[in-house]
Amino acid sequence: MTTPAVLLLADSRLPSGSHAHSGGVEMAVTAGLLSTVDDLLGFLRGRLRTTGPVSAGFAAAACLLAAGPVSWADWDDALSARIPAPELRTASRAQGAALLRTVSRIWSTPALTGLRELGRPHQLLVLGAAIAAGGGTGADAAALALHHLVGGACSAAVRLLGLDPLDVAAAQGAVAGLAAEVAAEACPTAELAVSTVDSSVLPATGAPLPELLAVAHAQLEVSLFAS
Amino acid sequence: MHREDQLTGPALGGGGHRHSRALRVGIGGPVGGGKTALVAALCRSLAGELSVAVVTNDIYTTEDADFLRRNGVLADERIRAVRTGCCPHTAIRDDITANLDEVEELERLHDPDLVLVESGGDNLTATFSYGLIDRQIFVVDVAGGDKVPRKGGPGVTRSDLLVINKIDLAELVGADLDVMRRDSAAQRGDRPTVLISLRAEGGVDPVAEWVRESVRAHVPG
Repeated sequence: MTTPAVLLLADSRLPSGSHAHSGGVEMAVTAGLLSTVDDLLGFLRGRLRTTGPVSAGFAAAACLLAAGPVSWADWDDALSARIPAPELRTASRAQGAALLRTVSRIWSTPALTGLRELGRPHQLLVLGAAIAAGGGTGADAAALALHHLVGGACSAAVRLLGLDPLDVAAAQGAVAGLAAEVAAEACPTAELAVSTVDSSVLPATGAPLPELLAVAHAQLEVSLFAS
Repeated sequence: MHREDQLTGPALGGGGHRHSRALRVGIGGPVGGGKTALVAALCRSLAGELSVAVVTNDIYTTEDADFLRRNGVLADERIRAVRTGCCPHTAIRDDITANLDEVEELERLHDPDLVLVESGGDNLTATFSYGLIDRQIFVVDVAGGDKVPRKGGPGVTRSDLLVINKIDLAELVGADLDVMRRDSAAQRGDRPTVLISLRAEGGVDPVAEWVRESVRAHVPG
């Protein structure tokens, strides 16, 4: 059963710095690539199929890793290697630092301490370790990583485009099945990666356009979101 | 592996402990009231005697920071801009993490006496969390109508200092300063209110004096 502690980590009201990140939506809007709910649906499906497996895989692995002694730096590097745009690595670390700040007030575990010692770890590692601290599973971690991937983009689309928030909620619901599939695929891979201490088996999928858009976003004169 | 994108930044204050002596003052209020002008005037007035740093949350990212730089008020490295994802009140109240990050980084780098955190323009209900700042100033202006203090809201009623700016415009917009003064006092009890015009020579002085006194009284912890 999903615990209340895990639900806390699913809640966008939890201070996590995420409200200032659009998940790539702001630049897609600025570039004229996203303007309707249908566009948003396509965007979400694309994100779930490309970066989704990486997000789900690393969050799940981090949750499993948190059960024992772990060399976080290796896993942090492995995730960096899957995020080509430095701007996106910075955004990931900013959200990691923010979430770590909050969850460290809630829980104290060796895994979270290890992440604090690392400095500003990637958000997915913090999320996974926090879910472990809250009694959640790797499957919870995979699901929440995708929940935030989708939710952040949807929330930004409503704020930037004035889309009907009920339609956007429907879009979010429409991709829930796909998110569940991606999360389910990520779990056995994460288990294998952790049991063999080999991050190279984790997904390394991606798409060039969001990376390029993130670089362009950072050069905008006017932007409302940090990424 | 090279990780230039990492390991810059303050140690995370997860336990709630502060490692700085700085007084953090939030400056909030509706759009156009004069928050940025107040920050600039405070920097000019206090920079000679106090070490100051600024975090700005202006909606257009770096516009306020540029304003301060252009005016030669503060060195570039003492100004940081935070983007708030269209939700300025969230960044100062519900999710203060991004602002804490920048405040702590400025404190780590410059060990200032005073950090000013300027909110993006919002509405009468947008106030700072005391998890982010020690004291807060709420700035409204005469041109917004003399009914603003009577309307109340947490900015007017609970801020540590209420600044009513642009009193030079009172006559032009038909605002009654006595009404504003009286309503503010009724809403705020013992909390101070000042009526000023930042455009006037020495207009910032009452606010600067309040900040000076707050810095003196501040017990780091």
